[in-house]
Amino acid sequence: MRRTVHITGVALVSLLAWQAVVTLADLPRFILPGPDLVFVTFWTSRALIAEHALVTAAEVLLGLGLGAALGFASAILLVASPLTRSVLRPMLVFSQAVPVFALAPILTLWLGYGLWSKVAMALLIIYFPVTSAFFDALMRTPPGWLELARVMKASPGRTLWRIRVPAAMPGFASGLRLAAVYAPIGAIIGEWVGASQGLGYLMLLANGRAKIDLMFAALIVLAVLTLLLHAAVDVVCRRLWDG
Amino acid sequence: MTAPPALHLSGRATIDGAPIFGPISIDAPPGEWTCLLGPSGVGKSTLLRLLAGLGDEVAFDGKVAAGDGAPLGGRVALMAQADLLMPWLDVTANVTLGARLRGMAPQRGRAREVLGRVGLADHAAKRPHALSGGQRQRAALARTLIEDRPVVLLDEPFSALDARSRALMQDLAAEVLAGRTVLHVTHDAAEAARLGHNVLLMTAGGVSCVTPPAAPTPRLYDAPETLGFQGRLLRLLMEAR
Ligand SMILES: Nc1ncnc2c1ncn2[C@@H]1O[C@H](COP(=O)(O)OP(=O)(O)O)[C@@H](O)[C@H]1O
Ligand SMILES: [Mg+2]
Repeated sequence: MRRTVHITGVALVSLLAWQAVVTLADLPRFILPGPDLVFVTFWTSRALIAEHALVTAAEVLLGLGLGAALGFASAILLVASPLTRSVLRPMLVFSQAVPVFALAPILTLWLGYGLWSKVAMALLIIYFPVTSAFFDALMRTPPGWLELARVMKASPGRTLWRIRVPAAMPGFASGLRLAAVYAPIGAIIGEWVGASQGLGYLMLLANGRAKIDLMFAALIVLAVLTLLLHAAVDVVCRRLWDG
Repeated sequence: MTAPPALHLSGRATIDGAPIFGPISIDAPPGEWTCLLGPSGVGKSTLLRLLAGLGDEVAFDGKVAAGDGAPLGGRVALMAQADLLMPWLDVTANVTLGARLRGMAPQRGRAREVLGRVGLADHAAKRPHALSGGQRQRAALARTLIEDRPVVLLDEPFSALDARSRALMQDLAAEVLAGRTVLHVTHDAAEAARLGHNVLLMTAGGVSCVTPPAAPTPRLYDAPETLGFQGRLLRLLMEAR
């Protein structure tokens, strides 16, 4: 409750500041439209914005789900044996040397202008943070628990599955929280490189036609969607892992 | 449970070239409770870990053996100062962890019985964070009990408890672990005076055996002979170099 009041308060102050800048500096609306105009545009174009927002949301959610699953599996493989670690780790490090943004045109070339090139982009951008957060947590199992398992004559596989993985879930959760913020970035970049749908596409389109108010409306919807996604992931993580 | 063996360890241990203890020799008779009393840092935990088959970081030059000549692996249960309960499991699941780690079905009936013995029957479905420190150590004791190993190694398991909980836990542990070979590492002379059938004093100078009162364990904490023995142990600790 106090948090809601707090957030609403901050949002109101920001809107006032925005309006004040527009009014006082006498900015033309094709540079920075005021919040009033952006809201009117949002309302009159709500069907259009919703249509594109749905596409971006689908890209983000698919990218997040697949990237999280892939990151989970990769971290497990990394800790499972020194052999997989020696093969996978250099690949991971090298992949980090390639700027993910630079891959967007290639992904569009390979996967087309549709949904999947954006899903792949979102996936790639969150894959490393999820993998490394989970991997680090898996490598930091409290030694007392591992020794207990050894004295109990546990097999390494069961120790991994019953102790190390559950003990590392808070680490996985922090990776997911980061991913919830990164995934929309990936989807938008993918849309900028080549798309006919989505909020990123809509922003470029609006920009080209000097509809700056529509651009801002799309931008704000994107920001709100990202915040909601982050909050949802946070709630799920807290429920499941008290992290 | 198979017949409890005697325990023997002799030799010296180093970590990265730094001496930890020894050369020393300790023996724990079969089916009895042996306290290994010593100040912090003399290497008691290291010694216990060697007996448990742990301590990969320790360079040990000597011999660890059971009196019957058979390997110790798989015959040992370990209970440490930290309760090592998994926060994501309830008490029953924590107590039956060993079976599941070995790929066997958890013995829920046994768990209920053991939890009853340690007085946690009403807490079986709780998570560890909902328990007091004393209750958590009881759960750890139940987890140790259900393993049903003939050798039980205790590394200061009661030292974080308040005086009353500690005395109650000492009574309980003495009762439920009776008949097993127990090696109990402690820095508390009062605890050794209450629980040990045998008391080994471990100091930087080596290990010596101190004969405790004849009274059965757990000895009364305020009986004159217990207090007298406690005082003697403390004096020996103080006079050791
Ligand atoms: N992993 C380790 N690496 C280096 N030194 C260690 C390690 N474990 C214990 N020691 C040292 O060995 C000595 C004995 O430790 P420990 O066996 O825990 O003693 P105690 O249980 O009697 O207090 C201490 O001086 C401690 O600093
Ligand atoms: Mg110790």
